[in-house]
Amino acid sequence: MDEKLKRDIILDNYQNPMNRGLTNSDGYIKVNTRNSSCVDNVDVMAKLENGVFIDIRFDGDACAISTSATSIMIKTLIGKTVAETEKIIENYEKMINEEAYDKELLGELNVYDTVSKQPSRKKCATLPFEAIKRIIEEAKKA
Amino acid sequence: MNREDFQMLDGNIVYFDNGATTLKPKCVVDEVIDYYTKYTANAHRGDYDISQIVDSKYEGVRDKVKDFIHAKRREEIVFTKGTTESLNTVAFGFMNTYLEKEDEVLITKSEHASNVLPWLELAKRKGIVVKFIPLNEHHEVTVENIRKVMTEKTKVISLAHVTNVIGDIRPIEDIGKLCLEKNIIFVVDAAQSIGHIPIDVEKCNISFLGFSAHKMLGPTGIGVLYGKYDLLNRLTPTEYGGGMNSYFESSGELEYKPLPERLEAGTQNIAGVLGMGKAIDYLLKIGLDNIHKHELELKKYAVEKLKQIPNIRIYNAESNSGIIVFNIHKVFSQDTAVFLNHYGICVRAGNHCAKIVKDEINVSNTCRASFYLYNTKEEIDKLVEALNNQDKIFDIIL
Repeated sequence: MDEKLKRDIILDNYQNPMNRGLTNSDGYIKVNTRNSSCVDNVDVMAKLENGVFIDIRFDGDACAISTSATSIMIKTLIGKTVAETEKIIENYEKMINEEAYDKELLGELNVYDTVSKQPSRKKCATLPFEAIKRIIEEAKKA
Repeated sequence: MNREDFQMLDGNIVYFDNGATTLKPKCVVDEVIDYYTKYTANAHRGDYDISQIVDSKYEGVRDKVKDFIHAKRREEIVFTKGTTESLNTVAFGFMNTYLEKEDEVLITKSEHASNVLPWLELAKRKGIVVKFIPLNEHHEVTVENIRKVMTEKTKVISLAHVTNVIGDIRPIEDIGKLCLEKNIIFVVDAAQSIGHIPIDVEKCNISFLGFSAHKMLGPTGIGVLYGKYDLLNRLTPTEYGGGMNSYFESSGELEYKPLPERLEAGTQNIAGVLGMGKAIDYLLKIGLDNIHKHELELKKYAVEKLKQIPNIRIYNAESNSGIIVFNIHKVFSQDTAVFLNHYGICVRAGNHCAKIVKDEINVSNTCRASFYLYNTKEEIDKLVEALNNQDKIFDIIL
Protein backbone atom coordinates (compact mmCIF):
# COMPACT_ATOMS: atom_id res chain seq x y z
CA MET A 1 0.00 0.00 0.00
CA ASP A 2 1.17 3.50 -0.83
CA GLU A 3 2.60 5.34 2.23
CA LYS A 4 0.40 8.37 1.73
CA LEU A 5 -2.74 6.26 1.48
CA LYS A 6 -1.75 4.41 4.65
CA ARG A 7 -1.23 7.67 6.48
CA ASP A 8 -4.59 9.01 5.28
CA ILE A 9 -6.39 5.89 6.50
CA ILE A 10 -4.69 6.06 9.90
CA LEU A 11 -5.36 9.76 10.27
CA ASP A 12 -8.99 9.42 9.23
CA ASN A 13 -9.53 6.66 11.76
CA TYR A 14 -7.77 8.72 14.43
CA GLN A 15 -9.79 11.84 13.80
CA ASN A 16 -13.12 10.12 13.10
CA PRO A 17 -12.91 6.77 14.83
CA MET A 18 -15.58 4.13 14.47
CA ASN A 19 -17.83 3.48 17.47
CA ARG A 20 -16.27 5.89 19.89
CA GLY A 21 -18.43 6.18 22.99
CA LEU A 22 -19.57 3.46 25.35
CA THR A 23 -23.06 2.14 25.92
CA ASN A 24 -24.93 1.12 29.04
CA SER A 25 -26.82 -1.63 27.24
CA ASP A 26 -26.74 -5.18 28.61
CA GLY A 27 -24.69 -8.05 27.29
CA TYR A 28 -21.36 -6.31 26.79
CA ILE A 29 -18.00 -7.40 28.15
CA LYS A 30 -15.82 -4.43 29.04
CA VAL A 31 -12.07 -4.21 29.66
CA ASN A 32 -9.60 -1.39 30.20
CA THR A 33 -6.13 -1.18 28.68
CA ARG A 34 -4.40 0.46 31.62
CA ASN A 35 -2.89 -2.81 32.78
CA SER A 36 -0.79 -3.07 29.65
CA SER A 37 -0.04 0.61 29.13
CA CYS A 38 0.86 3.39 31.49
CA VAL A 39 -0.14 6.13 29.07
CA ASP A 40 -3.10 5.01 27.00
CA ASN A 41 -6.30 4.64 28.94
CA VAL A 42 -8.91 3.04 26.73
CA ASP A 43 -12.06 1.11 27.55
CA VAL A 44 -13.11 -1.47 25.00
CA MET A 45 -16.49 -3.20 25.17
CA ALA A 46 -17.91 -5.89 22.95
CA LYS A 47 -21.11 -7.86 22.56
CA LEU A 48 -21.09 -11.42 21.29
CA GLU A 49 -24.09 -13.36 20.04
CA ASN A 50 -23.72 -17.01 19.10
CA GLY A 51 -19.97 -16.57 19.01
CA VAL A 52 -20.12 -13.58 16.65
CA PHE A 53 -19.06 -10.01 17.50
CA ILE A 54 -22.20 -8.01 16.86
CA ASP A 55 -20.87 -4.80 18.39
CA ILE A 56 -17.56 -3.40 19.62
CA ARG A 57 -17.19 0.08 21.09
CA PHE A 58 -14.44 2.05 22.80
CA ASP A 59 -13.64 5.28 24.57
CA GLY A 60 -10.68 6.92 26.24
CA ASP A 61 -7.41 8.77 25.75
CA ALA A 62 -4.82 7.28 23.47
CA CYS A 63 -2.26 8.19 20.84
CA ALA A 64 -2.92 8.36 17.10
CA ILE A 65 -1.71 4.81 16.48
CA SER A 66 -3.71 3.25 19.32
CA THR A 67 -6.87 5.15 18.55
CA SER A 68 -6.78 4.50 14.82
CA ALA A 69 -5.88 0.83 15.35
CA THR A 70 -8.86 0.49 17.68
CA SER A 71 -11.14 2.03 15.08
CA ILE A 72 -9.87 -0.15 12.23
CA MET A 73 -9.99 -3.21 14.45
CA ILE A 74 -13.61 -2.52 15.28
CA LYS A 75 -14.49 -2.17 11.58
CA THR A 76 -12.69 -5.40 10.82
CA LEU A 77 -14.05 -7.53 13.64
CA ILE A 78 -17.73 -6.66 13.77
CA GLY A 79 -19.55 -9.59 12.18
CA LYS A 80 -16.64 -11.98 12.67
CA THR A 81 -16.74 -15.12 14.79
CA VAL A 82 -14.40 -15.63 17.73
CA ALA A 83 -12.45 -18.20 15.72
CA GLU A 84 -12.07 -15.78 12.77
CA THR A 85 -11.06 -13.03 15.18
CA GLU A 86 -8.40 -15.21 16.74
CA LYS A 87 -6.98 -15.93 13.29
CA ILE A 88 -6.91 -12.21 12.49
CA ILE A 89 -5.19 -11.37 15.78
CA GLU A 90 -2.62 -14.10 15.19
CA ASN A 91 -1.77 -12.74 11.75
CA TYR A 92 -1.84 -9.12 12.92
CA GLU A 93 0.67 -9.89 15.65
CA LYS A 94 2.87 -11.69 13.13
CA MET A 95 2.77 -8.61 10.91
CA ILE A 96 3.71 -6.33 13.82
CA ASN A 97 6.59 -8.66 14.71
CA GLU A 98 7.80 -8.76 11.10
CA GLU A 99 6.98 -12.44 10.57
CA ALA A 100 5.28 -13.98 7.54
CA TYR A 101 1.50 -13.45 7.68
CA ASP A 102 -1.66 -13.68 5.61
CA LYS A 103 -2.14 -10.22 4.08
CA GLU A 104 -5.59 -11.03 2.69
CA LEU A 105 -6.98 -11.70 6.13
CA LEU A 106 -6.05 -8.30 7.55
CA GLY A 107 -7.60 -5.91 5.02
CA GLU A 108 -7.26 -2.31 6.18
CA LEU A 109 -5.18 -3.40 9.19
CA ASN A 110 -2.30 -3.75 6.72
CA VAL A 111 -1.72 -0.01 7.17
CA TYR A 112 0.37 -0.92 10.23
CA ASP A 113 2.76 -3.18 8.32
CA THR A 114 5.66 -0.79 8.89
CA VAL A 115 4.95 0.05 12.52
CA SER A 116 7.79 -2.24 13.58
CA LYS A 117 10.19 0.43 12.33
CA GLN A 118 9.21 2.43 15.40
CA PRO A 119 9.58 -0.12 18.21
CA SER A 120 8.01 2.16 20.82
CA ARG A 121 4.79 2.17 18.81
CA LYS A 122 4.38 -1.58 18.43
CA LYS A 123 2.65 -1.61 21.78
CA CYS A 124 0.29 1.16 20.64
CA ALA A 125 -0.68 -0.82 17.55
CA THR A 126 -1.39 -4.01 19.49
CA LEU A 127 -3.16 -2.36 22.44
CA PRO A 128 -6.75 -2.78 21.17
CA PHE A 129 -6.05 -6.39 20.26
CA GLU A 130 -4.85 -7.07 23.79
CA ALA A 131 -8.22 -5.77 24.92
CA ILE A 132 -10.14 -8.01 22.49
CA LYS A 133 -8.07 -11.01 23.58
CA ARG A 134 -9.11 -10.38 27.16
CA ILE A 135 -12.73 -10.01 26.10
CA ILE A 136 -12.55 -13.38 24.31
CA GLU A 137 -11.01 -14.91 27.43
CA GLU A 138 -13.87 -13.54 29.55
CA ALA A 139 -16.44 -14.75 27.04
CA LYS A 140 -14.99 -18.25 27.06
CA LYS A 141 -15.11 -18.32 30.85
CA ALA A 142 -18.78 -17.38 30.89
CA MET B 1 27.35 25.09 31.19
CA ASN B 2 30.06 22.38 31.36
CA ARG B 3 28.75 20.61 28.27
CA GLU B 4 32.20 19.30 27.40
CA ASP B 5 32.09 17.03 30.47
CA PHE B 6 29.13 15.05 29.14
CA GLN B 7 29.96 12.57 26.42
CA MET B 8 26.26 11.96 25.72
CA LEU B 9 26.08 15.51 24.38
CA ASP B 10 28.57 14.68 21.62
CA GLY B 11 25.70 13.05 19.78
CA ASN B 12 23.03 15.08 18.07
CA ILE B 13 20.43 15.02 20.82
CA VAL B 14 18.65 17.61 22.88
CA TYR B 15 18.19 15.96 26.25
CA PHE B 16 15.22 17.44 28.09
CA ASP B 17 14.27 14.47 30.27
CA ASN B 18 16.33 15.27 33.32
CA GLY B 19 13.35 14.74 35.59
CA ALA B 20 13.58 11.06 34.63
CA THR B 21 17.35 10.74 34.82
CA THR B 22 20.33 12.99 34.21
CA LEU B 23 23.38 12.54 32.03
CA LYS B 24 26.66 11.60 33.71
CA PRO B 25 29.84 13.68 33.58
CA LYS B 26 33.09 11.98 32.66
CA CYS B 27 34.42 12.14 36.24
CA VAL B 28 31.47 10.05 37.50
CA VAL B 29 31.86 7.48 34.73
CA ASP B 30 35.62 7.34 35.38
CA GLU B 31 35.09 6.82 39.09
CA VAL B 32 32.85 3.82 38.40
CA ILE B 33 35.34 2.42 35.87
CA ASP B 34 38.23 2.93 38.30
CA TYR B 35 36.43 0.84 40.89
CA TYR B 36 35.97 -1.99 38.41
CA THR B 37 39.47 -1.75 36.92
CA LYS B 38 41.81 -0.53 39.68
CA TYR B 39 40.51 -1.58 43.09
CA THR B 40 37.62 -4.00 42.85
CA ALA B 41 37.03 -5.32 46.36
CA ASN B 42 34.26 -5.47 48.92
CA ALA B 43 33.91 -2.81 51.57
CA HIS B 44 34.18 -3.48 55.32
CA ARG B 45 35.68 -6.91 54.70
CA GLY B 46 39.36 -7.32 53.83
CA ASP B 47 42.72 -6.52 55.32
CA TYR B 48 44.40 -6.05 51.98
CA ASP B 49 45.26 -2.73 50.41
CA ILE B 50 42.62 -2.45 47.72
CA SER B 51 39.88 -3.35 50.20
CA GLN B 52 41.14 -0.57 52.43
CA ILE B 53 40.95 1.88 49.53
CA VAL B 54 37.36 0.85 48.82
CA ASP B 55 36.43 1.03 52.46
CA SER B 56 37.74 4.50 52.99
CA LYS B 57 36.23 5.78 49.73
CA TYR B 58 32.86 4.17 50.51
CA GLU B 59 32.69 5.65 53.99
CA GLY B 60 34.07 8.90 52.64
CA VAL B 61 30.99 9.24 50.45
CA ARG B 62 28.81 8.88 53.55
CA ASP B 63 30.56 11.95 54.95
CA LYS B 64 30.10 13.79 51.67
CA VAL B 65 26.37 13.04 51.68
CA LYS B 66 26.11 14.12 55.30
CA ASP B 67 27.65 17.49 54.46
CA PHE B 68 25.71 17.79 51.20
CA ILE B 69 22.32 17.67 52.97
CA HIS B 70 23.63 19.24 56.20
CA ALA B 71 22.91 16.27 58.44
CA LYS B 72 24.34 16.20 61.94
CA ARG B 73 25.80 12.71 62.02
CA ARG B 74 27.22 10.30 59.46
CA GLU B 75 25.20 7.48 61.05
CA GLU B 76 22.08 9.20 59.75
CA ILE B 77 23.02 8.40 56.14
CA VAL B 78 21.99 4.99 54.76
CA PHE B 79 22.69 3.90 51.19
CA THR B 80 19.68 2.50 49.33
CA LYS B 81 18.98 1.79 45.69
CA GLY B 82 17.06 5.02 45.30
CA THR B 83 14.22 7.23 46.45
CA THR B 84 11.62 4.49 46.05
CA GLU B 85 13.48 2.13 48.36
CA SER B 86 14.16 4.95 50.82
CA LEU B 87 10.49 5.92 51.10
CA ASN B 88 9.35 2.30 51.25
CA THR B 89 11.86 1.58 54.02
CA VAL B 90 10.41 4.48 56.01
CA ALA B 91 6.87 3.21 55.45
CA PHE B 92 7.45 -0.49 56.12
CA GLY B 93 10.39 -0.34 58.54
CA PHE B 94 9.22 2.54 60.71
CA MET B 95 5.65 3.68 60.05
CA ASN B 96 4.18 0.18 60.17
CA THR B 97 4.94 0.09 63.90
CA TYR B 98 4.87 3.82 64.65
CA LEU B 99 1.42 4.48 63.22
CA GLU B 100 -1.81 3.13 64.62
CA LYS B 101 -5.23 2.66 63.12
CA GLU B 102 -6.88 5.97 62.17
CA ASP B 103 -3.65 7.94 62.44
CA GLU B 104 -3.45 10.41 59.58
CA VAL B 105 -0.77 10.90 56.93
CA LEU B 106 -0.97 14.08 54.86
CA ILE B 107 0.21 14.04 51.26
CA THR B 108 -0.93 15.82 48.08
CA LYS B 109 -2.31 14.80 44.71
CA SER B 110 0.85 15.92 42.96
CA GLU B 111 3.10 13.36 44.64
CA HIS B 112 4.97 10.70 42.69
CA ALA B 113 3.71 7.11 42.98
CA SER B 114 6.51 6.27 45.41
CA ASN B 115 5.16 8.81 47.89
CA VAL B 116 1.55 7.70 47.44
CA LEU B 117 1.46 3.93 47.15
CA PRO B 118 3.41 3.04 50.34
CA TRP B 119 0.88 5.12 52.29
CA LEU B 120 -2.14 3.66 50.49
CA GLU B 121 -0.71 0.23 51.20
CA LEU B 122 -0.36 1.08 54.90
CA ALA B 123 -3.93 2.32 54.80
CA LYS B 124 -5.03 -1.09 53.51
CA ARG B 125 -2.91 -3.05 55.95
CA LYS B 126 -3.22 -0.96 59.10
CA GLY B 127 -6.21 1.28 58.65
CA ILE B 128 -4.25 4.53 58.69
CA VAL B 129 -5.92 7.43 56.92
CA VAL B 130 -4.30 9.15 53.92
CA LYS B 131 -5.49 12.73 53.48
CA PHE B 132 -4.72 15.09 50.62
CA ILE B 133 -3.66 18.62 51.43
CA PRO B 134 -5.65 20.97 49.16
CA LEU B 135 -3.41 22.86 46.74
CA ASN B 136 -3.76 26.55 45.86
CA GLU B 137 -4.59 27.92 42.40
CA HIS B 138 -1.00 27.37 41.26
CA HIS B 139 -1.15 23.77 42.54
CA GLU B 140 1.16 24.62 45.42
CA VAL B 141 1.20 23.54 49.05
CA THR B 142 0.85 26.28 51.64
CA VAL B 143 1.28 26.03 55.41
CA GLU B 144 -2.15 27.61 55.73
CA ASN B 145 -3.75 24.77 53.74
CA ILE B 146 -1.88 22.18 55.79
CA ARG B 147 -3.27 23.73 58.97
CA LYS B 148 -6.76 23.46 57.50
CA VAL B 149 -6.64 19.67 57.16
CA MET B 150 -4.44 18.90 60.15
CA THR B 151 -6.08 17.24 63.14
CA GLU B 152 -5.02 15.70 66.45
CA LYS B 153 -4.59 12.46 64.57
CA THR B 154 -2.11 13.84 62.02
CA LYS B 155 1.15 12.00 62.68
CA VAL B 156 2.98 12.35 59.37
CA ILE B 157 3.35 14.86 56.54
CA SER B 158 5.06 13.37 53.50
CA LEU B 159 5.85 15.64 50.55
CA ALA B 160 8.08 15.97 47.55
CA HIS B 161 10.48 18.90 47.94
CA VAL B 162 9.98 19.67 44.25
CA THR B 163 7.14 17.91 42.42
CA ASN B 164 7.90 15.99 39.27
CA VAL B 165 5.07 17.32 37.07
CA ILE B 166 4.27 20.83 38.28
CA GLY B 167 7.84 21.45 39.43
CA ASP B 168 6.82 23.65 42.35
CA ILE B 169 9.20 24.02 45.27
CA ARG B 170 7.54 23.31 48.59
CA PRO B 171 8.19 25.64 51.53
CA ILE B 172 9.84 22.84 53.48
CA GLU B 173 11.44 25.07 56.08
CA ASP B 174 8.06 26.44 57.16
CA ILE B 175 6.43 23.02 56.99
CA GLY B 176 9.30 21.63 59.06
CA LYS B 177 8.65 24.27 61.72
CA LEU B 178 4.99 23.37 61.80
CA CYS B 179 5.90 19.70 62.19
CA LEU B 180 8.22 20.54 65.06
CA GLU B 181 5.53 22.56 66.77
CA LYS B 182 2.91 19.79 66.38
CA ASN B 183 5.24 16.83 66.89
CA ILE B 184 4.60 15.50 63.39
CA ILE B 185 7.03 13.29 61.46
CA PHE B 186 8.12 15.09 58.29
CA VAL B 187 9.09 12.89 55.34
CA VAL B 188 10.61 14.55 52.26
CA ASP B 189 10.95 13.03 48.80
CA ALA B 190 13.95 14.92 47.42
CA ALA B 191 14.16 13.03 44.11
CA GLN B 192 13.53 16.14 42.01
CA SER B 193 15.31 18.69 44.17
CA ILE B 194 18.58 16.95 44.97
CA GLY B 195 21.35 18.37 42.82
CA HIS B 196 19.13 21.29 41.82
CA ILE B 197 18.65 23.28 45.02
CA PRO B 198 20.38 23.11 48.40
CA ILE B 199 18.79 20.99 51.12
CA ASP B 200 19.33 21.44 54.84
CA VAL B 201 17.69 18.61 56.75
CA GLU B 202 18.47 20.16 60.14
CA LYS B 203 17.19 23.63 59.35
CA CYS B 204 14.02 22.19 57.82
CA ASN B 205 13.45 19.74 60.67
CA ILE B 206 13.19 16.84 58.26
CA SER B 207 12.62 13.48 59.95
CA PHE B 208 13.28 11.27 56.92
CA LEU B 209 14.49 12.16 53.43
CA GLY B 210 15.08 10.06 50.34
CA PHE B 211 16.80 10.71 47.03
CA SER B 212 18.38 8.96 44.04
CA ALA B 213 21.86 9.63 42.70
CA HIS B 214 20.90 9.17 39.06
CA LYS B 215 18.84 12.36 39.09
CA MET B 216 21.90 14.35 40.21
CA LEU B 217 24.51 13.18 37.67
CA GLY B 218 25.28 9.95 39.55
CA PRO B 219 24.83 6.29 38.61
CA THR B 220 21.50 4.46 38.62
CA GLY B 221 20.61 2.02 41.38
CA ILE B 222 22.00 4.07 44.24
CA GLY B 223 20.41 6.56 46.57
CA VAL B 224 20.13 7.68 50.14
CA LEU B 225 17.81 7.41 53.09
CA TYR B 226 18.43 10.08 55.68
CA GLY B 227 16.76 9.79 59.08
CA LYS B 228 17.15 11.77 62.31
CA TYR B 229 19.28 9.53 64.48
CA ASP B 230 16.69 8.76 67.15
CA LEU B 231 14.04 7.95 64.57
CA LEU B 232 16.32 6.00 62.24
CA ASN B 233 17.53 4.01 65.23
CA ARG B 234 13.95 2.84 65.76
CA LEU B 235 13.57 1.70 62.16
CA THR B 236 13.35 -2.08 61.92
CA PRO B 237 15.61 -3.42 59.14
CA THR B 238 13.71 -4.70 56.14
CA GLU B 239 16.67 -6.90 55.09
CA TYR B 240 18.85 -9.22 57.17
CA GLY B 241 22.18 -10.80 56.34
CA GLY B 242 25.88 -10.07 56.10
CA GLY B 243 27.34 -6.77 57.18
CA MET B 244 24.41 -5.79 59.40
CA ASN B 245 24.89 -8.22 62.32
CA SER B 246 27.38 -8.13 65.20
CA TYR B 247 27.00 -11.83 65.96
CA PHE B 248 24.53 -14.70 65.89
CA GLU B 249 24.56 -18.13 67.50
CA SER B 250 22.80 -21.38 66.69
CA SER B 251 20.82 -20.85 69.88
CA GLY B 252 19.17 -17.92 68.14
CA GLU B 253 21.02 -15.38 70.20
CA LEU B 254 21.98 -12.45 68.00
CA GLU B 255 22.75 -8.79 67.86
CA TYR B 256 22.63 -6.32 65.04
CA LYS B 257 25.17 -3.62 64.35
CA PRO B 258 24.58 0.03 65.16
CA LEU B 259 23.59 2.54 62.49
CA PRO B 260 24.17 2.83 59.61
CA GLU B 261 25.43 -0.73 58.96
CA ARG B 262 22.32 -2.26 60.48
CA LEU B 263 20.30 -0.92 57.56
CA GLU B 264 22.77 -1.96 54.84
CA ALA B 265 22.53 -5.75 54.69
CA GLY B 266 24.54 -7.56 52.02
CA THR B 267 27.12 -6.21 49.63
CA GLN B 268 26.10 -2.73 48.63
CA ASN B 269 26.25 -1.01 45.26
CA ILE B 270 29.83 0.09 45.86
CA ALA B 271 30.47 1.40 42.34
CA GLY B 272 27.24 3.37 42.66
CA VAL B 273 28.21 4.87 46.01
CA LEU B 274 31.60 5.97 44.69
CA GLY B 275 30.01 7.42 41.55
CA MET B 276 27.52 9.31 43.70
CA GLY B 277 30.40 10.74 45.71
CA LYS B 278 31.98 12.10 42.55
CA ALA B 279 28.67 13.57 41.44
CA ILE B 280 28.44 15.45 44.74
CA ASP B 281 31.99 16.81 44.31
CA TYR B 282 31.14 17.90 40.79
CA LEU B 283 27.89 19.62 41.78
CA LEU B 284 29.50 21.44 44.67
CA LYS B 285 32.24 22.71 42.39
CA ILE B 286 29.66 24.31 40.11
CA GLY B 287 27.45 25.36 43.00
CA LEU B 288 23.80 24.43 43.45
CA ASP B 289 22.76 28.07 43.51
CA ASN B 290 24.33 28.58 40.08
CA ILE B 291 22.57 25.48 38.77
CA HIS B 292 19.20 26.60 40.07
CA LYS B 293 19.68 30.09 38.65
CA HIS B 294 20.56 28.61 35.26
CA GLU B 295 17.49 26.34 35.28
CA LEU B 296 15.20 29.22 36.15
CA GLU B 297 16.61 31.26 33.29
CA LEU B 298 15.95 28.38 30.91
CA LYS B 299 12.43 27.90 32.26
CA LYS B 300 11.62 31.59 31.89
CA TYR B 301 13.01 31.61 28.36
CA ALA B 302 11.11 28.45 27.41
CA VAL B 303 7.80 29.75 28.81
CA GLU B 304 8.16 33.03 26.94
CA LYS B 305 8.97 31.27 23.67
CA LEU B 306 6.39 28.51 23.96
CA LYS B 307 3.65 30.99 24.81
CA GLN B 308 4.12 32.54 21.39
CA ILE B 309 3.47 29.26 19.57
CA PRO B 310 -0.15 28.65 18.53
CA ASN B 311 -1.93 25.70 20.16
CA ILE B 312 0.59 25.21 22.94
CA ARG B 313 -0.88 24.85 26.41
CA ILE B 314 1.52 25.26 29.34
CA TYR B 315 0.32 23.87 32.66
CA ASN B 316 2.99 25.13 35.07
CA ALA B 317 4.23 28.47 33.77
CA GLU B 318 4.54 29.82 37.32
CA SER B 319 6.53 27.09 39.03
CA ASN B 320 10.02 27.89 40.18
CA SER B 321 12.10 25.06 38.76
CA GLY B 322 13.43 23.83 35.43
CA ILE B 323 10.35 21.81 34.56
CA ILE B 324 7.88 22.85 31.86
CA VAL B 325 4.79 20.78 31.21
CA PHE B 326 2.84 21.33 28.01
CA ASN B 327 0.70 19.87 25.27
CA ILE B 328 -0.07 20.73 21.70
CA HIS B 329 -3.81 21.33 21.88
CA LYS B 330 -5.78 18.25 20.82
CA VAL B 331 -2.64 16.17 20.27
CA PHE B 332 -1.97 13.20 22.53
CA SER B 333 1.22 13.75 24.53
CA GLN B 334 2.87 10.57 23.31
CA ASP B 335 2.34 11.64 19.70
CA THR B 336 4.04 14.95 20.50
CA ALA B 337 6.97 13.15 22.14
CA VAL B 338 7.40 10.87 19.12
CA PHE B 339 7.22 13.94 16.87
CA LEU B 340 9.90 15.75 18.92
CA ASN B 341 12.05 12.64 18.84
CA HIS B 342 12.15 13.09 15.08
CA TYR B 343 14.12 16.30 15.77
CA GLY B 344 16.36 14.55 18.29
CA ILE B 345 14.57 16.15 21.23
CA CYS B 346 14.02 13.90 24.23
CA VAL B 347 10.97 14.75 26.35
CA ARG B 348 8.81 12.60 28.55
CA ALA B 349 5.14 11.99 27.73
CA GLY B 350 2.44 10.55 29.91
CA ASN B 351 1.41 10.95 33.51
CA HIS B 352 4.98 10.90 34.87
CA CYS B 353 4.12 8.37 37.59
CA ALA B 354 1.98 11.03 39.27
CA LYS B 355 -1.34 9.50 38.35
CA ILE B 356 -3.56 11.65 40.54
CA VAL B 357 -2.15 15.04 39.57
CA LYS B 358 -4.75 14.90 36.76
CA ASP B 359 -7.31 15.86 39.40
CA GLU B 360 -5.34 19.08 39.87
CA ILE B 361 -4.41 20.17 36.36
CA ASN B 362 -7.41 18.58 34.63
CA VAL B 363 -5.34 16.78 32.06
CA SER B 364 -4.09 13.24 32.43
CA ASN B 365 -1.23 13.22 29.97
CA THR B 366 1.35 15.87 29.24
CA CYS B 367 4.76 16.39 27.71
CA ARG B 368 7.46 17.32 30.18
CA ALA B 369 10.70 19.09 29.32
CA SER B 370 12.96 19.17 32.37
CA PHE B 371 16.20 21.14 32.22
CA TYR B 372 19.55 20.74 33.90
CA LEU B 373 22.86 22.51 34.08
CA TYR B 374 24.06 21.44 30.62
CA ASN B 375 20.96 22.57 28.74
CA THR B 376 21.03 25.79 26.73
CA LYS B 377 18.76 28.41 25.24
CA GLU B 378 19.85 27.22 21.79
CA GLU B 379 18.38 23.82 22.63
CA ILE B 380 15.12 25.46 23.65
CA ASP B 381 15.15 27.26 20.30
CA LYS B 382 15.29 23.83 18.65
CA LEU B 383 12.23 22.76 20.64
CA VAL B 384 10.44 25.94 19.58
CA GLU B 385 11.37 25.38 15.95
CA ALA B 386 10.06 21.83 16.09
CA LEU B 387 6.81 22.87 17.77
CA ASN B 388 6.36 25.52 15.10
CA ASN B 389 6.20 22.66 12.61
CA GLN B 390 3.28 21.10 14.45
CA ASP B 391 1.07 21.08 11.36
CA LYS B 392 3.37 18.40 9.95
CA ILE B 393 3.08 16.19 13.02
CA PHE B 394 1.06 13.40 11.42
CA ASP B 395 3.16 13.42 8.25
CA ILE B 396 6.14 12.79 10.49
CA ILE B 397 4.85 10.33 13.06
CA LEU B 398 2.57 8.21 10.90
